[in-house]
Amino acid sequence: MAMTVELPALERTDAMTPRASSARLRRYARPALGLLLPVGLAALWELLVWLGTTGPHGIPQPIWDWLKWVGLPNGRLVPPPTRIFATIMELASSGELSRHISATLTRVAAGFGLGVIAGTILGAVSGYWGLARQLLDPTVQALRAIPSIAWVPLFILWLGIFETSKIALIAVGVFFPVYLGVMGAILSVDRKIVEVGRTFRLSGPAMIRRILLPAVLPAYVVALRVGLGLGWMFVVAAEFMGASEGLGYLLIDGQQLGKPAQIVAAIVIFAILGKTTDWLIEIATAPLLRWQDAFGRQSGAN
Amino acid sequence: MLALERVGKTYPNGVHALERFSADIRLGEIVAIIGGSGCGKSTLLRAIAGLDRATTGTVTLDHTAITAPHAKIGIIFQEPRLLPWLSVADNIGFGLSELPANVRREKVARALARVGLTDKANAWPRELSGGQAQRVAIARALVPQPEVLLLDEPFSALDAFTRRDLQDHLLDLWNDTRPTLILVTHDVDEAVVLADRVLVMRPRPGRLFEEIKINLARPRDRNSPLFDNFKRRVLTALDRSLDRNVPDADAKSTAGEAMWW
Repeated sequence: MAMTVELPALERTDAMTPRASSARLRRYARPALGLLLPVGLAALWELLVWLGTTGPHGIPQPIWDWLKWVGLPNGRLVPPPTRIFATIMELASSGELSRHISATLTRVAAGFGLGVIAGTILGAVSGYWGLARQLLDPTVQALRAIPSIAWVPLFILWLGIFETSKIALIAVGVFFPVYLGVMGAILSVDRKIVEVGRTFRLSGPAMIRRILLPAVLPAYVVALRVGLGLGWMFVVAAEFMGASEGLGYLLIDGQQLGKPAQIVAAIVIFAILGKTTDWLIEIATAPLLRWQDAFGRQSGAN
Repeated sequence: MLALERVGKTYPNGVHALERFSADIRLGEIVAIIGGSGCGKSTLLRAIAGLDRATTGTVTLDHTAITAPHAKIGIIFQEPRLLPWLSVADNIGFGLSELPANVRREKVARALARVGLTDKANAWPRELSGGQAQRVAIARALVPQPEVLLLDEPFSALDAFTRRDLQDHLLDLWNDTRPTLILVTHDVDEAVVLADRVLVMRPRPGRLFEEIKINLARPRDRNSPLFDNFKRRVLTALDRSLDRNVPDADAKSTAGEAMWW
């Protein structure tokens, strides 16, 4: 379908009339396609719980036994989507939800920002200067081999149990994929393209700005998205280690007080926030990557 | 004038690619360098471009020694090497960043029109065919008006028809400002169509074997007997250059690989 999108202007006008409407339909239908699976699963879940609450009438005995065994019939441990939604609305109306979300978002944003800055600078330095790479990279790689959660006790001792240690943990998680992504991208920039810069006698800074930066951008965006994913992963770990607010706190609170609906609600919100922030990166960088000649474009990445 | 004086190159891996190559090339001349693989053609060109330094000898352009890329020397590679993140117009204007924007735009527009790609000004390089992309590369190299333009097998990746088309086109463009053209090729036809002088090289180590002047008026008729005559002369010289030392297959392949760099 990207074929229609990528036709040069002249040919596009010809192709427009018969195919435009179906192309437009498909463009809007495509995001909806992604919703099909979660919505379908939720409906199925709801249906199963509803079947359970109506009792065993009309359901074959083995299926009923299985439903009971899973715990669906009363929906207590497996809350149906409607109850999860109600929980979310309840949390939202009391203003609690926004407090938790903003606490978590702030931590992720701060940790992600710090991790990206450090990862980008160090990654760029060790990608660009061979000496720096030889000095720096083995140590960074060794640090990377440490499970980041292992830092938690140390961070708590050093930085206290409040925000600083949490943000530090997230930043550590974000740092490594960004560092690796930037360094790898710089090292794999096509020598032939760099040579074009040399024949036009670009100075060091100009070479970075006009050749290296655009060349590493696609890989950098991927590194940012991986880093962000890890940021969301580590914020939960950080909030498990003692927080009075945040989505991670909602999880722990739901477990300790036996509120599965609250746990699933927090999980759903994590999914929505994670997907949204990832999508924001994608949207924000898409104009910079329009030039790419890649498989992803043809299978509809735009 | 471009003076090559006993230019030699030995790569760090020990490959002796080029030995004592000397030639004087005057402004506006078109010189084709031809030879079997591994005879140091690309090495020589890269030394003239200042991309690699010769291990012995000197390259001088108007009494300036060339040790690094020079403003008056442009190069066109075998592949177009366009920057994929710049539009066609921005690619052509890549070497003009010091000029004010309006002058640059005007020069780019003229170059686009000259290579017949005005309608592709805002296209991405990925949207071009191979021949179009190479035309953009030619425009990019010519727009800063170099005195010397180096071409490293520029049309070898194109089909025969497009190649002929671009050869004529190149001559046409050359006629605008008449820079020196130094063309590395392994296509005898191409050498005879374009060049005033064909330098035949012989391999291992690469050095000058024979020099053939092509005294044919332009435009040249590819089907004329005179043209054939020159072609045969170049071909025989090429044959003799290779027959001198019967190559063993291994040496040939390793030397050839080194040349691709």
